[in-house]
Amino acid sequence: MIEKQNIQTDAEVLVKVEGLSKKFCKDLKTSLWYGVKDLAYNISGNKNERLLRDKEFWAVKDINFELRRGECLGLIGHNGAGKSTLLKILNGLINPDAGKVTIKGRVGALIELGAGFNPILSGRENIYNNGAVLGFTKKEIEAKIEDIIDFSEIREFIDMPVQNYSSGMKVRLGFAVAAQMEPDVLIIDEVLAVGDMGFVLKCFKTIDTILPNTAIIFVSHSMPMVSRICSQIILLEHGKAQFQGYDIGKAIDLYYMRFAQNESNVVFDDGSIILESVKFLNISNVVNNVPQFKWKDNIELELVLYNKLLTTIPYITLSIFDKEQRGVAIFNYEFIKVNITKGNIKLNLKHSNLQLSKGTYSLNLIIYEKQKLQNPILRMNNIISFQVLYEIETWPPFLLDCELIVKQI
Amino acid sequence: MPLETRIYQKENNLKIGKLLKDSAKDFFGSHFLAKQLATRDIKSQYRQSYLGIIWAFIMPVTSALVWIFLNLTGTIKLSDTGVPYPVYAFSGTLIWSIITEAINSPTSSTNSARGIMSKINFPKEALILSGIYKLLFNSFIKIMLLLVFIFVFGIGFHVSLMLFPFAILAAILFGTTLGLFMTPIGLIYNDVAKIISMGLSFLMYITPVVYAIPKDGIMKTIMEINPFTALILTSRSLALGTTPEYLGYFCWILAASVALFFIALLFYRISIPVIVERLSA
Repeated sequence: MIEKQNIQTDAEVLVKVEGLSKKFCKDLKTSLWYGVKDLAYNISGNKNERLLRDKEFWAVKDINFELRRGECLGLIGHNGAGKSTLLKILNGLINPDAGKVTIKGRVGALIELGAGFNPILSGRENIYNNGAVLGFTKKEIEAKIEDIIDFSEIREFIDMPVQNYSSGMKVRLGFAVAAQMEPDVLIIDEVLAVGDMGFVLKCFKTIDTILPNTAIIFVSHSMPMVSRICSQIILLEHGKAQFQGYDIGKAIDLYYMRFAQNESNVVFDDGSIILESVKFLNISNVVNNVPQFKWKDNIELELVLYNKLLTTIPYITLSIFDKEQRGVAIFNYEFIKVNITKGNIKLNLKHSNLQLSKGTYSLNLIIYEKQKLQNPILRMNNIISFQVLYEIETWPPFLLDCELIVKQI
Repeated sequence: MPLETRIYQKENNLKIGKLLKDSAKDFFGSHFLAKQLATRDIKSQYRQSYLGIIWAFIMPVTSALVWIFLNLTGTIKLSDTGVPYPVYAFSGTLIWSIITEAINSPTSSTNSARGIMSKINFPKEALILSGIYKLLFNSFIKIMLLLVFIFVFGIGFHVSLMLFPFAILAAILFGTTLGLFMTPIGLIYNDVAKIISMGLSFLMYITPVVYAIPKDGIMKTIMEINPFTALILTSRSLALGTTPEYLGYFCWILAASVALFFIALLFYRISIPVIVERLSA
């Protein structure tokens, strides 16, 4: 019977947001006074259009979207872009100043794990407190308590006061209770960041299992997670939707563009060698000072180093990092010892058939005195960046050229 | 089963009848959450204390002792109260403390839940109900203590004593209603809580808590208008078995409290989003 209902409601819009706006006040005293005024207006209904009063700004402005069962909306944006405010409105904690939210079904929120915990009481007692706040009945909690303790993997400490738990343990217990919710709409704010890797993976496995029957709204700064579970995305900036759509990769690109920095920085330097210049030869195009390559291009990098103290050529490591500062590749070559003297040295590094996927990358440089991984003498991040162009957007950093052979056997 | 639909928009476009129904539904439907919150607070309070339950009545008892001492030593001269003065003073301060606790209860319950209110959507009426549960727990201790005094001082059992708990319930309802009206604004400005506690300490002097209503004069008029007078005197009369003089006024207060309680609850319900917004902004 439950399955039948799901089929019927598959196409049903569970969350509908139309022209949603919310204003906030920058000044505390003024804000409190407006609060008193709003209390008074509230009683009479306050149907007038709301305009900005002195010292107010739009924290969320004109947001529209629809979300169906099985879909996941990612909300991304820098700190203070309005993500949490939007979530609070969706969760019914605060009322919007304009627009309308229509939500169908049971709403679950993973905004704060372990709400209602009292530090003095034991983990077991707090399962009841947290469960009650999340809307479970006593019977439901009693039926699920063993599952909750197992899920949290802290059975050993379950009768210990929660104040002696580590923050990770509290989050485990909180999520274990929250995971028992069977919501139609699930709101997730950055809450899973505290747990260890094993637990985060477990959480995402849980989210994966409930996703087909749920509409999820997901706020995160972790783009791999966003790209992993979201089917549509809104990039918020100053409360407005700067980008909205199904092209997750594009939104993530835009998001990263805000943090794009083209300055290289020296991490370590013992003064024996200096990087004079670095540039790509054979580039097809340059946009905003960023050289562009096409997928499968050959690349050639020219480094000029100024040697002060060394007598033999040092070992030079160049690694490629993506926009998330994730190391994706390292250039490998045969190292031949050559004697050098004080002065400029030019190095040319050639790589053919570049198979990195579409995106922006940067190069980090480490120079070791004599051989690989021994006595670093110069370390620089982001010495140059480049962009790879291709029609297909992919999240993984490599797009490997392949040939598919089909044979009937 | 059709899915429940919630609509959030700026206007409180709901009809007052529906709002009242929802409010009452959440209030009476959140028994488990309220009980859980109340037991949580009570347990954690006593688990972290050696004197434990003594804190529930030490304040009214000490203030009664001060008055008894002043009276015994002849420092002040009080008119006859009709019953042994220690019982009069103890019953007065204990009942008075129940009422003042009831007035502060909605604000303090809501205030202590600030953190979860701005994160999780749960029926806020549960906070009020949990406040009432905590009041009942504390009042029960105080009533027990008062019973001890009644028997120790030889007042003994009266049939009217059976009605005394109901009078205390009325006092709790009256206090909670009054507190509930002040909660929204009290959460925005800290001043309100301070004004209330200051006001109550003055109010005690125009209420027959530790002394009787004077036979005549301006004070008599003030005390007779004061609704706290009816609450204190009626409760005390029921406990000590004397004739309740202000029973009529008491009944009016009770009836008004019941009606006003639901209006206050409604006001509280529609104010919460505004408060959450200002607290978390």
